[in-house]
Parts: sequence; structure tokens; C-alpha cells
Amino acid sequence: MELSETQLSEHFEATIARQDRIEPRDWMPDGYRKTMIRQIAQHAHSEIIGMQPEGNWITRAPSLRRKAILLAKVQDEAGHGMYLYAAAETLGADRADLTERLIDGRQKYSSIFNYPTLSYADVGVIGWLVDGAAICNQVPLCRSSYGPYARAMVRICKEESFHQRQGYELLLTMMRGSDAQKAMVQESVNRFWWPSLMMFGPPDAQSPNTERSMAWGIKRNTNDDLRQRFVDMTVPQAERLGVTLPDGKLRWNSSRGHYDFGEVDWAEFTAVVGGAGPCNADRIARRRSAHDDGSWVREAAMTYAAKH
Amino acid sequence: MPQSTEQPSTEPASTEPPSTGWPLYEVFLRGKRGLNHVHVGSLHAADPEMALRHARDLYTRRNEAVSIWVVPADAITASSPDEKDPFFAPAGDKVYRHPTFYQIPEDVPHI
Amino acid sequence: MSDDESEFDAYLSLADVTEDDHRWAFGTGFADPLAGLGEAVPPGVDPAALAERCLALGDDALIYSHRLQQWVTRAPELEEETALANIALDLLGQARLLLTRAAQAEGKNRDEDQLAFFRDEREFRNVRLVERADADFAELTARLLVFSAWRLALFDRLTADLDPVLAAIAAKAVKELTYHRDYAAAWVIRLGDGTDYSHAKAQAALDALWPYTGELDLDADAAAYLDGVFAEATLIPPSAPPLAPVAGKTGRDGTHTEAMGYILAELQSVARANPEATW
Repeated sequence: MELSETQLSEHFEATIARQDRIEPRDWMPDGYRKTMIRQIAQHAHSEIIGMQPEGNWITRAPSLRRKAILLAKVQDEAGHGMYLYAAAETLGADRADLTERLIDGRQKYSSIFNYPTLSYADVGVIGWLVDGAAICNQVPLCRSSYGPYARAMVRICKEESFHQRQGYELLLTMMRGSDAQKAMVQESVNRFWWPSLMMFGPPDAQSPNTERSMAWGIKRNTNDDLRQRFVDMTVPQAERLGVTLPDGKLRWNSSRGHYDFGEVDWAEFTAVVGGAGPCNADRIARRRSAHDDGSWVREAAMTYAAKH
Repeated sequence: MPQSTEQPSTEPASTEPPSTGWPLYEVFLRGKRGLNHVHVGSLHAADPEMALRHARDLYTRRNEAVSIWVVPADAITASSPDEKDPFFAPAGDKVYRHPTFYQIPEDVPHI
Repeated sequence: MSDDESEFDAYLSLADVTEDDHRWAFGTGFADPLAGLGEAVPPGVDPAALAERCLALGDDALIYSHRLQQWVTRAPELEEETALANIALDLLGQARLLLTRAAQAEGKNRDEDQLAFFRDEREFRNVRLVERADADFAELTARLLVFSAWRLALFDRLTADLDPVLAAIAAKAVKELTYHRDYAAAWVIRLGDGTDYSHAKAQAALDALWPYTGELDLDADAAAYLDGVFAEATLIPPSAPPLAPVAGKTGRDGTHTEAMGYILAELQSVARANPEATW
């Protein structure tokens, strides 16, 4: 018995309304499938590109323990990327195709990774602020309406909570250390604070698709909600560390029950997302060269498999 | 608006299939104290031996040995536990869409 | 809003400390290989000789891990990223255990970090094989194969060492090295018996690295194993003479290749810029 589009659509909407999962073999609107593929793919791309700024410091890590932790963290990020590509593939995408789209700019990744890592303190600050912001974004996604994505997110969130703790622990150690270490941490925070706030995307007023994404269970909170939550969680952590967040307007507002904070430089955000950030070209070039240089290797494996 | 049904695809929707693309394998793990294998995700490999190695690297992450099964995705035949059969698009009997080079139009706005 | 709270309960519970927390970087479910072993060097074991041995084997692992770390974000496929990072982590772990044992045995109050970051080049005892940069994935896998087969045979013997700590380190390392060797062999075979292009690359890689094996003293079993892999890979077994020593000295004597200076400059740079700092 063939069902009408309307009946399939009603069943889909009812599943969403019940907060149940949509699974790979379920009927889903084209728009849902395509939006979900793009969101999951861009999340995966972010994990893979995110390996670069932190990977930059593995060989120079100043203790063997820190080196091991950082190497394990970057390896985890490769793993997260693969979990997410796998989730996107359940929707009909192909990982090689998604990689092409990343490399030629048709799909994007989190713009935070377009900033350089210039000191070892950045390793800690990325763990604290960038992973912290990512966790704020990601925990709600554990309740994503799409089953494979939600399940990938649960695993990823667990691992990233460790990453954030390790980053914060490094900063605590440095802030109890030499004057040079403290200065290194503060200088790093000065560079990464505002880009971390930008990780939550443009203000709600400029995010026209938030409403549909929220109706479909693709997005669980608005950009501004999550950004506020991140600030509220992070300010006490900064105080505990003894660093100053570079925002003169940051102060507790008791009538709102939240921290007030200054205006993000949205022009910078737009420019970086659009390709004009300090590291955009380098990040893509690295990904492209690994992919291109690896082509003969991948092909050799396929040829061997065909022969045997 | 046409239904998004799945026909068992015989040709790619894009112009050029990735000729060196490694096929998809599904991964099932049984932990040390587990009773049965559980599906944990998928990965790409050129052959079953490499798939097994990659599964160990990706899904057990330096843990002690667990039992790992890898199965080519297109070898899996699946049915849905949901009794509402009519609500499933006639998708053939493939549980996942094996690479169909699905086109994602660029006018889909980002979230 | 209660909805908000329950949503972040997931985060809060995920952030709960578990007993495996301190080991998260290394996976979970491991037993401590040195559990129950004290630091003392047993009578009948010469501490200075033990320190030298552990230093040499630790340096091999430390420097080779460094070369593998340089492949992060450059691997030919994401699955290889995880595999290579795993191997680099295993070797780094071996380096840490071995350098720590060396420090204990020498009794000069140094630790793994002082040895890794504050020794000068001529105090390093690694073989020159581990200093080479890999020109491509064929060189990476060929060297990994030879190094792992050699080191596995060596550590297999060390599981019976008179020093219980070194024996315990070896027992753990043997499992890891078997995996590394088998991974490398799988790739050497696939590249050797893959396309014409990959075959040429694999042969060239083997030929380029072979002189460096002169320092290794491969035992008969390891050599036979390698010959078996080369045959299956349809590669011609290499026969180049060993790399010449310099004034009679090689890596184990502290005389390295030109690459070593650059490796240490990178590896030691941040630690040396902040010599009194705790990290």
C-alpha cells in the first residue's frame, strides 16, 4: 500500500513531536535530509580541520605527559570526524564527496579554526574555551531528532568533556607558574575569547532558519541562548584561573540573572566565515594536500583488494 | 514535491564517482563484559583486514582486546523493528544508502 | 527552566570523574604494567648499564614517535590518522617508561622530562634509523615495518630481563609492537603489490632505508619475517651496505645525522625557553 506524501509527512512530524528519533530508513522531507547532511558534514569537517591548530604543538609540547595528552586529544578529534562522517553517510552522503566539498569551499567548518595557535598556552585555552563552547553547542545535539547523529554526539560529548578538563588543568598549572607562563595564558585568552563567542553563530535576529531547524529537532537552542549560557559558565572559570576576559562590558546583571557582555565584532565574524581569516587558506591547503598526496596510497589499497 | 523514496541506485547522481573511494564497512563490538555485539558505527577500508584494524583503532582506542566484527555495508540486509510498515519508503532491502553521491544543493541555508 | 537544566545534566554527568579519568588519554581498562614494582635496581643488575640500555631504547621510541607525530593531519586517509597516532602514542608511552627507568637507575635525580628536554644531541643514544624524515607513505610504512620487527624481537628477549621493571615494560611493549609490525606489514604488502606506481615507491623506500638497518643487528627470526613480507609484497630484498659511521661512531654512541639537530630544536624548544617552568 503506497502512502501519500501527506501521510508520510504527518508520521514524520508526529515522531518529531513525540521527541522520538528519526532513523536512516525512515521517510523524511528532502529539506530535513539535506539540512541534516550539511549540518553533520560541517560538524565533521570542523573536527578534522580542528586537528591542525592543536596538532601544531604536539612536537613542541614541553613535557612528555602533555605531549601524550595532546596527541591523544588530536587523535580523538580524527575519531569524532569519522563518527560524524559515518552519521552523514547513513543519510546517503559519501565521505569522499563531502571531503571534496570541504576542500573546494562548498561546505564550511567552524570558523574558530581559522585562527592561529601561536603559543603553548593556546593549547590550554582551546581546551577551555573552544571545547567549552563546542560542548555547549553539542550537548543539546545529543537530543537531535536524527538517531545516528544523536548517538555520535553522546560519544563525542563524553570525550570532549575530558578534553576541556585537560585544557583547563594546563591553564591552572601555568597560572600557578612563572610570570612568563601567566603572561602567555593571558595573551592567549586575549586572542581567543571573542572568536569563542563567535562559535555560536550570528545573533538570532540574523538567523532566519533557526525556527524551522528548531521545529524539526535539528537545533535545540538558539545561538544567543547558547552564547549566553557559555558566558555564564565561563566567567566564574576565568575568575578561578585569575585571567581577565578582554571585555570591559562584562558584568553580572542580577535582574536578568545572567552576565551582560559586549558586542561581538560581527564584521570580523562575517569576514572569517567568508574566507578572509588568518588561517583559512592554510587549513584548506593542508587538508587538500593530505588528500591529494594520499590518492596513490588509497588507490594502491583498492588495487590490491581487487587482486586478492 | 516528489517523494524522497529510495530506489536501489544503479548510477551515481553526481558526474564522477570517486574511483579510489574505499567501501563502507559497518562495525560491531562486543566488550569484555558484553553479552553480544553492538553496532557502533562505520568506517571506510579497502579490504576486510584493514577494516578490522581500523575498527580497532577507531572504536576501541587503545583499549584491551574486544571482539570486533566488520561487515561490508552492502552485505547487510535489514528490516525495521517498527510495525508501521507502510510508513517506510520502499527502500529495497538495504539498511543504508550505499554511496549514491547525493547532491546537496548549495541554496540550502546553513543552520 | 527545568528543560534547560535536564539538557545540561547530560554534560554534568558526562563530566563526572570516573576511576579511569587519569588514564583517559591512554584508553581505559588498562592494568598498570609496573604495578607492585618498586624503583630499586635489584642486586646483580649493574645500574649504570641498565640506565644506558633503557636510555637507548627510550630514545629510539622518543625520536621515532616525534617523526610519526609529524604525520598528524598529513595521513592519506582518516583511518590512517588514527592508526598512526595510536602508534606514536604507544611509542611515546614506551619512551616515558624507559626514560623514567633510566633516570631511576642512574640515580642523578633526573626524570623523564629532564632527559627528554635538557640533554644535548650527543647524549642521545637512538639509532640513526629513527631520525630520518619520511618522504612519503611508502617510506613511513617501510621504516615502521623494519623498526617494529627489530624492536619486537629485542623486547621479546627483554621480557626475561633481570630488571623486573624493564621486563614489565617489555611485556607491555611486545603487544603494542606486534600490532605496529602487522599494521606496517599490511601496508608494505598493499603498496608493493598494489599499482605499478605504489610498487615503485615501495621498492625505492626500502632501498633508501636499508643502509640505516646496519645499526640494528636484526636477529635471524626478524630478518626471516621481513624477507617473508618483502616476498609477499613482490619487493626485491634490499642489499645496500650499512650507513657509514662518523669517526667510527653511530647513533648509539651519540653521533647522529644532520636531521637530529632539527628534531631536538623543535622537540625541546618550549621546554628550554622556560627551563624552570612546571607544565
